[in-house]
Amino acid sequence: MTAVAVALPAPVVEMIGVRRVFPGPPEVEAIRDVDLTIRQGEYLSIVGPSGSGKSTLLHLLGLLDNPSGGVYRLDGVDTMSLRERRRAVLRGERIGFVFQSFHLLAHRTVLENVALSMVYVGVPRRERMARARVALERVGLSHRMDFGPTTLSGGERQRVAIARALVAEPSLLLADEPTGNLDSVNAEAILELFDELHRGGMTLAVITHDDHVSERAQRRVRIVDGTLQW
Amino acid sequence: MRDVLDEALAGVAARPTRLILTTLGTVLGVAALVGTVGLGQTAAGQISQKFDLAQATRVVVEPEENNGQEGEAATELPWDAPDRLGRLNGVDAVGTVSALDVGDDLVSNVAGLNGGEGKALTVMSGSAGLFDAIRAVLKTGRFFDAGHDQRGDKVVVLGKHAAERLGINRVDSAPAIFIGDEAYTVIGILDSVAGRAELNDSVIMPNGTAKAAYDLKSPDAIEIRTAVGAAQLIAGQAPKAIQPNDPSKLKVDAPPKQGAVRKGVESDLNALFLLLGAVALLVGGLGIANVTLLSVLERIGEIGLRRALGAARRHIAAQFLVESVIVGLLGGLLGTAVGVLLTVGVSFAKDWTPILDNKLAFGSPLLGAVIGLIAGTYPAWKASAIQPITALRGA
Repeated sequence: MTAVAVALPAPVVEMIGVRRVFPGPPEVEAIRDVDLTIRQGEYLSIVGPSGSGKSTLLHLLGLLDNPSGGVYRLDGVDTMSLRERRRAVLRGERIGFVFQSFHLLAHRTVLENVALSMVYVGVPRRERMARARVALERVGLSHRMDFGPTTLSGGERQRVAIARALVAEPSLLLADEPTGNLDSVNAEAILELFDELHRGGMTLAVITHDDHVSERAQRRVRIVDGTLQW
Repeated sequence: MRDVLDEALAGVAARPTRLILTTLGTVLGVAALVGTVGLGQTAAGQISQKFDLAQATRVVVEPEENNGQEGEAATELPWDAPDRLGRLNGVDAVGTVSALDVGDDLVSNVAGLNGGEGKALTVMSGSAGLFDAIRAVLKTGRFFDAGHDQRGDKVVVLGKHAAERLGINRVDSAPAIFIGDEAYTVIGILDSVAGRAELNDSVIMPNGTAKAAYDLKSPDAIEIRTAVGAAQLIAGQAPKAIQPNDPSKLKVDAPPKQGAVRKGVESDLNALFLLLGAVALLVGGLGIANVTLLSVLERIGEIGLRRALGAARRHIAAQFLVESVIVGLLGGLLGTAVGVLLTVGVSFAKDWTPILDNKLAFGSPLLGAVIGLIAGTYPAWKASAIQPITALRGA
């Protein structure tokens, strides 16, 4: 018997019936009944107005917060049963974060900022600088390696943050309003970089309120009042 | 581990001005402690230089010099004085010493040869306990003992310089010397003596021998070595023990009281400075705790980022703890340096020899580190308790 295998890529993210309740009073159910699957190589955008629960979803996706119920598997690992220390390691290894406000350390060079993301996941010291250089070349910043972040433009800073997110070779790149602090030219450059990463096989999830940003994704998911709408 | 250190060092180095201000309290505290203890040690060192151990435990008893004038019977030291003094509590060793009148007798190593190459050396006599009492050290051979003394054996011990002048440096072949025409066997050569430097230039024979050969009537002096701190007591008791009938006819040489001098140095001022140092250290520790806490609040974004990059709570705690230990250690190092400079400076001005305990010099920076450790515990715990979401939302 031959099965015609429809070769669906393995899921990176599997959320089934996930909910998050913030204890009151008044008790707030920020997220409810979320079923979400993100497969390898997918470029997904999650769009929604402020207060819709998209930040909560981002925190849950990024293992920064624990669901109140449901199932969340990351790369097939059931994250619900993990202890805090193991979650930290999983977070460091599998997820690359890109924040709206960049979160670069002002007193360290660009290169050191990028290398920082390998400190907690056990990459040998010798390897870190070499890999950080490669990542910075990839985002087109090889000429800025020894600069301090404060001397860079907003677009350049966000590219440093993206290099930092990529360098540990995560399974999922999780971006929270990545263009929120940028002008349209720089925003466009960042979105082009995301397109390029997507073509290279990276799995991306971009959370935004900006339709212009979400349009670039392969698949869009809307979040309203804590539930996903397709 | 190295990563934690690197990250902590980078964190500390990021704000140099604040770092210096933060260490200030620790610097002052450690400097005050090191300076106070250092100056105390230096001053105490000056005292013990003046009164070293040998001098501080030496008591000498001699007859009063105006003895025998105006018809009074001359006071003579009794031969059994060492026995009497030896019974006193606090006397470690006691012995008699006498200079002998040898007339024209010269001392030579070979009788009558080479037309009388004799040397005019001092000849002295002592009891067997003398050598112990003056802390004599032998270069070679042995001292004479009570047996030699009783039998009146013809043996001698040579002082260091006396041996050199006679050309004798070994005693294993039992060399003989001549005093006048009498032959004596050399059984030992001294290397050093703590009191009575004249013994270095002398030929020393047992009292028994001296009584027979030179008609010695009584000891010239009694050397007493006391236990540390007992010199004053023994000086008071010795005359009564030797001569209960008329103790005032004896002259006693004892070291001056030390207590008065030492008290002057270890004054209340010292305690005050130590107290000030301790208060400064406390304030320094609170300063470190305060600034570290402030820095935790300022760096909430950084903490969140590190957590997002895979740092566990213990990584965050370790980083802030190590940072505050570094600050404390730095304060301790600077404070020690200032304290040492202070000690050396005051010593220089007062023409003293600066004395500083190694333990103090190397231990004080560690004291700073310990203060940093204690001060950093709460902020580090606080930092590790920050939720990554809160941290990332803030900045």
